[in-house]
Amino acid sequence: MTSLFAVVPAESSDDTPVRRITVSVNGKRHTLDVEPRLLLAHMIRQGLELTGTHIGCDTTNCGACTVLIDGAPVKSCTMFAVQADGHEVTTVEGLASASELHPIQEGFRDEHGLQCGFCTPGMMLTAKALLDENPDPTEDEVRWALSGNLCRCTGYQNIVKSVILAAARLRANNHVEEDEAP
Amino acid sequence: MYPSKFSYEAPETIDAAVALLREARGEAKVLAGGQSLVPMMKLRFASPETLVDINNIPGLAYHGADPDGTYRIGALCRHVDLEKDGNLVSEQPTMAAAAPLIADPIVRTRGTLVGSLCHSDPQGDWASVMSALGGSIVAQGPDGRRSIPCIDFTNGPFQNVLAFDEIAVEAFVPAPMGNRAGGYLKLERRVGDFATVGVAVSLEFSGGQVARAGIGLTGVGPSTICADEAAEVLVGEDLNAASIDRAAALAAEISQPRSDHRGSEAYKRHIVATFVMRILSNLQRTTQEVA
Repeated sequence: MTSLFAVVPAESSDDTPVRRITVSVNGKRHTLDVEPRLLLAHMIRQGLELTGTHIGCDTTNCGACTVLIDGAPVKSCTMFAVQADGHEVTTVEGLASASELHPIQEGFRDEHGLQCGFCTPGMMLTAKALLDENPDPTEDEVRWALSGNLCRCTGYQNIVKSVILAAARLRANNHVEEDEAP
Repeated sequence: MYPSKFSYEAPETIDAAVALLREARGEAKVLAGGQSLVPMMKLRFASPETLVDINNIPGLAYHGADPDGTYRIGALCRHVDLEKDGNLVSEQPTMAAAAPLIADPIVRTRGTLVGSLCHSDPQGDWASVMSALGGSIVAQGPDGRRSIPCIDFTNGPFQNVLAFDEIAVEAFVPAPMGNRAGGYLKLERRVGDFATVGVAVSLEFSGGQVARAGIGLTGVGPSTICADEAAEVLVGEDLNAASIDRAAALAAEISQPRSDHRGSEAYKRHIVATFVMRILSNLQRTTQEVA
């Protein structure tokens, strides 16, 4: 059990209401005591020290803080940590395995889908939610799905290419797995 | 942590949620999707003492038509549920046109239609759509349920007529008089921006004639505008060029836009007329093709 007060101090500690939550982040269960007003983005970044989730605009516009809740993309600056109680959170740290990058990450590397990299975690998680649901999206569908994620480098062309490449590789991987199945 | 301190409650029944609102005596807010409320709390425009999270209440995430044709949307139906429902375009074409234009795709995974109506933002898309459809909101309080027509629900920007111990549990659209047709168009500077102008049109056809019409306008007044006079000229005849022109001109006249960084008053009026005409002309074409 981790208390988040050490890293996210309350304004006054005496009468602060605290809720105990259990949340799975990238497959690992955490039991945490949180103040209800703690935003999910802050729980992830300061509490769990998973700083891959970026906070950009902080006003529900930019999508840099996007994480997956039970597989669906959510702006973690616009949700309280208490609301994640009992749910599964995936952050960008949950994409790669110990030994290799996720095909979406490889796609972004190979197609130069990032410049400054700030929007990238949100872009990749939104892309993951899209590809989980639609493994073969058109360019239009990719643009549509990513329209809630802003890239201030305006590197959209390569971001879209990265997702299309990742989709093709994921489809190819799945075919191989199917062929190898007994 | 930017929001003011609050106590958090996550009841599992509507009755328990109502009881919590009653205890808080007006100092509580209901949290559904939170895509407007949480940003307002972060800015401390809203500082509720108690937050009543209704996300753990089962049985509120529904949408669909009753056997009699009444279309119901529960308080936890997310925008994305509507956007991804392939039947919506035939069942509720105005809603189907609006659903993919609400905010942005990520906001749509959490935000709710009923919550959007309760937020009563003059630039909210759903209020125009539901007003055009003649929809109502069902509020549940300590004494049971009551229905409030959408046009009477909002009594000012960001204000509604709910009592402090009532929860909006559902929105519904009455069964159509015949076949439904409709559309929604929205001008925005970029995805996720507030509407510069939004226009919702709902038609109900019976025997080739318009039996009922509704036009709702987003972002061109202090609250959602129901352009009843414009809709009325369409009723009782087939959809024709003369009535379309007249409806477009009347809708522009009824709108009350203000010049701002999104455009001048004249420009916005022009867009209102253009959108009304575009939606209706499109419907005229498709209804003729069907006939």
